[in-house]
Amino acid sequence: MALASLLAEAGAPSQLVPAREQMAFTLGFHIILVPFGVAFTFLMLIANYRGIRRGDDTAMLLARRWSQVAGVLFAVGAVSGTVLSFELGLLWPGLMGRYGAAFGIPFAVEGLFFFLEAIFVAIYLYGWKRMRPWPHFWTGVPVVLSGVGGTSSVVAANGWMNQPQGFELRGGRVVAVDPLAVIFNGAFWFEALHMLLAAYMVAGFVVAGVYAVGLLRGRHDRYHRLGMAIPLTVAAIVTPLQIFMGDVAAREVAHNEPAKFAAIELVTQTGTHVPLSIGGAMVDGEARYAIEIPSGASLLVGYSPRTRIEGLNEIPADVRPPDRLVTTVHLAFDVMVGIGFALLGLALWFAVLWWRRRVVPLNQWFLRAVAISGALTVVALEAGWVVTEVGRQPWTVVGYLLTRDAVTTTGNVWLFFTATLVLYTVVGTTTFYVLRLLRRRWRDGNDADTDVPYGPSRAGEPVGSPGGSR
Amino acid sequence: MSTLAAVVLFIGVIAYAVLGGADYGAGFWDLTAGGAVRGREPRHLVDQSLAPVWEANHVWLIFCLVMLWTGFPGAFAAIMTTLYVPLGLAALGIVVRGSGFAFRKVFVATEQQRVVGAAFAASSVLTPFFLGAVAGGIASGRVPTAGHGDPVTSWLNPTSLLGGVLAVLTCAFTAAVFLDAEAQRRDEPDLERWFRRRARVTAVVTGVLALAGIAILRSDAPRLFHGLISRGLVFVVLSGVCGLGALVLVKRAAPRLIQALAVSAVGAVVAGWGVAQYPYLLGTHLSIARAAAPTSTLVALTVVAVAAVLLVVPSMALLFVLQQRGRLEV
Repeated sequence: MALASLLAEAGAPSQLVPAREQMAFTLGFHIILVPFGVAFTFLMLIANYRGIRRGDDTAMLLARRWSQVAGVLFAVGAVSGTVLSFELGLLWPGLMGRYGAAFGIPFAVEGLFFFLEAIFVAIYLYGWKRMRPWPHFWTGVPVVLSGVGGTSSVVAANGWMNQPQGFELRGGRVVAVDPLAVIFNGAFWFEALHMLLAAYMVAGFVVAGVYAVGLLRGRHDRYHRLGMAIPLTVAAIVTPLQIFMGDVAAREVAHNEPAKFAAIELVTQTGTHVPLSIGGAMVDGEARYAIEIPSGASLLVGYSPRTRIEGLNEIPADVRPPDRLVTTVHLAFDVMVGIGFALLGLALWFAVLWWRRRVVPLNQWFLRAVAISGALTVVALEAGWVVTEVGRQPWTVVGYLLTRDAVTTTGNVWLFFTATLVLYTVVGTTTFYVLRLLRRRWRDGNDADTDVPYGPSRAGEPVGSPGGSR
Repeated sequence: MSTLAAVVLFIGVIAYAVLGGADYGAGFWDLTAGGAVRGREPRHLVDQSLAPVWEANHVWLIFCLVMLWTGFPGAFAAIMTTLYVPLGLAALGIVVRGSGFAFRKVFVATEQQRVVGAAFAASSVLTPFFLGAVAGGIASGRVPTAGHGDPVTSWLNPTSLLGGVLAVLTCAFTAAVFLDAEAQRRDEPDLERWFRRRARVTAVVTGVLALAGIAILRSDAPRLFHGLISRGLVFVVLSGVCGLGALVLVKRAAPRLIQALAVSAVGAVVAGWGVAQYPYLLGTHLSIARAAAPTSTLVALTVVAVAAVLLVVPSMALLFVLQQRGRLEV
C-alpha cells in the first residue's frame, strides 16, 4: 500500500488510485493486441495475395500460419477489449453517467466495425480449406477495413476526451448532442492516423523481428527471408510517415492542448525561445537535468524562435498536474520519439541494403537490430498512450470532468484490480506459450491442427480409441 | 424515440441471450461431458461448432453495453455502481472463457487441454449465471435510479438467483438443440442421441424451474410478476408452447424447426421480461423516457442500428450459411 499512499490525491475517493492503475494496466495490455487485429491481418493478406498471384507456396504458408496466430491474438484481444467496456462503467460511472450520451457515440460506431471484423475473421480463418482462393482472399479484406474503422472510432472517443466538443450542457446534464462533431473532434484526425500508423509499425517490426531471430539462428531459407521481408517492408514504409504524423500531432497538441504540451516539453513558464528538453525531470516545480536545445520547442511549434508557448504556470493551481506526472509525460514522450527516430534509422538502413543488393539483407548487425525493433515499437506504443492519457490528468474530459469525479465511489477496487492482474498475467503468459507451441510445431513441419479436445485424434474416430498426449 | 432505442437495445439483449447463450451452453456440455475419453466426441463437436461463430456472437454483448451507456447513460451508471460484483466477475469470466477456448485449440497434450478446457467450460457456466443475476437485480427493481444500491442483496436475492439459474439452463438447452442439429448434419448418430437426450432433460428442467419461478417472482418481484401475467402473458405462453413443442418434436421434426422453436422459447422469455417491464428501464422507478439520452444521440444510435442491419445482418447470415454448408473447416 506504499504505492497507494504515494499516488493518492488528497480529498479524492480511495478508489481513484486502483481504478487508474487498473485502467492503465488493462488498456496497456489490450493495446499490444490491437496492432495484430488491425495491421497484422494486412500483412497476412499481402502474403496471401502474393501466394495466389505468383503461385508462391512459401507466401501462402506464411499467410496461413499468420492467420492462425491472428486468430489466437484476436480472441484474446476481443475479450480484453470487452473488459475495457465493462470497466468504463465499473470504474468510471461518473464519466459514463454524465457524458455517455456524447462519449458513447463513437463506441456505437466501433461496435459496428467490431461485428464485421469478428465475422470476417472467422470466415477467413476457417475458410482456408474449403473456399476457393480468391473469394477466400476477399473475405480477409473487410477484416483490414473494419480494423481501420474500429480503431478510428475508439480513438475518436479518446480524442473527444482530449478536445471535447459537440454537446450542450444544462444543469450538468448533456441536453443536446451533435454526433458528427463528437466523432470528428479536434483531436480525431491526428490521433487516429497516429495510432493506425503505430499499429502498422508494431505489427510490422514485431513480426519481422520474429523471423530475424530465425535468420540469426541460421535458418536462411526462403520462408524466413520472406517472413521478415514482407512485414519489414511495410514497417519501413510506414515509419517515415509516422515521424511526419508525430510532428503534426505534436504541433496540434501544442495549439489545442497546451497543458499537455507544457508537460511534454517541461515548459514551466509561458514564453518565447522555449528550448527542446531531452531527458530530465520536474523537481519542485522546476525543470532539471534536461539537455536543452535552445529555442527548439518554439521552432518546432511555430517555425520561429519567437513562437510563444504556454507553460504550466497558466494552469490554475488546483488542476495543475503534480511534478511526478509532468515528469512521466515528458519522459514517455522522449522515449516514444527516441524510439521513433531509431526505427527511422533502421528503416533507412533496410532501404540502403535493399537498394544495393536487391536481396533480403542477412547482415548480422542488421538482423539483431530488426530482432529488437519489435519490442521497441511496443515500448513506443505504450509510451505514446502514457503521453496522451497521463498528459490529460487531472482531467478525464478536459475542462469538464475531473478524473476524481469520474471514478466510482463504491466497492474495493484493489480487489478487482488484483484479480485482474493475476488473471491477465496468466492469460498473457499462456498466450506467449501458445505462440511458442505453434512455432515449435511449425518448425517440425507439422501444420495439422489438433482439434480434438482432450486427445489428439481427428474427427470421426470412434469413441474409446486411445487418448493421451502425443 | 426513446422506446425505439429501448427496443433496439432489447433486440441486442435477445440476440445475445440466444446466440451468445448457445455458446455458453456449449461450454456447459463441455464441462459435464465426463473424462478425457468419454467426453472427447461431444467436446470435439463443441469445438468445431463454436470456433467460427463465438466471437461474432460475443459482439452482441458489446452492442448491448454500448447501446445502454450511450442511449441510457444514467441507468448504465446506476446498474454499474450497484451490480459491480456480478458484473466484474462476469467480465473476468468472459476473459477466461474466450482465451481458454482459443488456447485449447492449440494445445496438444491432454493435461494442458484439460486445464484450459476446464477454465473455458467452468467460466461458460459462471458467466451466464452472473449475467442472469444482473438481469434479476434489474428486473426486480433493486437498482436505484441514482445507483449505489446494495452491492450484495442486489444480486443475491430470489429473483437474481432465478435469473442466474434460468440463464445457465436456457443456454444449456439452446446449445443442446443446436449441437443436436449439428451432429445430425454431420451424420453422427451417437452424438445426436447424446445431445438430444440432454436437450430433453434441460427442456424439462428449465420448464419446471420457469413455472416455479413464477411463484418466486410473485413474492419477490410482484410488479414484474403482474407485468408478466398481463402484458407479457403472450410471450410467457409462446415460450411455453415453443419449449414444449421442441421437447415433443425433437426426434421427429426437421432440426431446423426444432432450432427455431428453441430459439423462440428462449427469446420469448427474454422478450417477456422486457415487455413486462415496459415502460420502465429500472424496476418501476426509472422510465425509459426519463432515462434516455437527448434525441440527437438516439437518432445517431438509430442510424448506427440501421447500418448494422444493412451491413452486419447479411455478413452474419453469410457466416452462418457458410458454417451450415460445411465451408468453414476448423
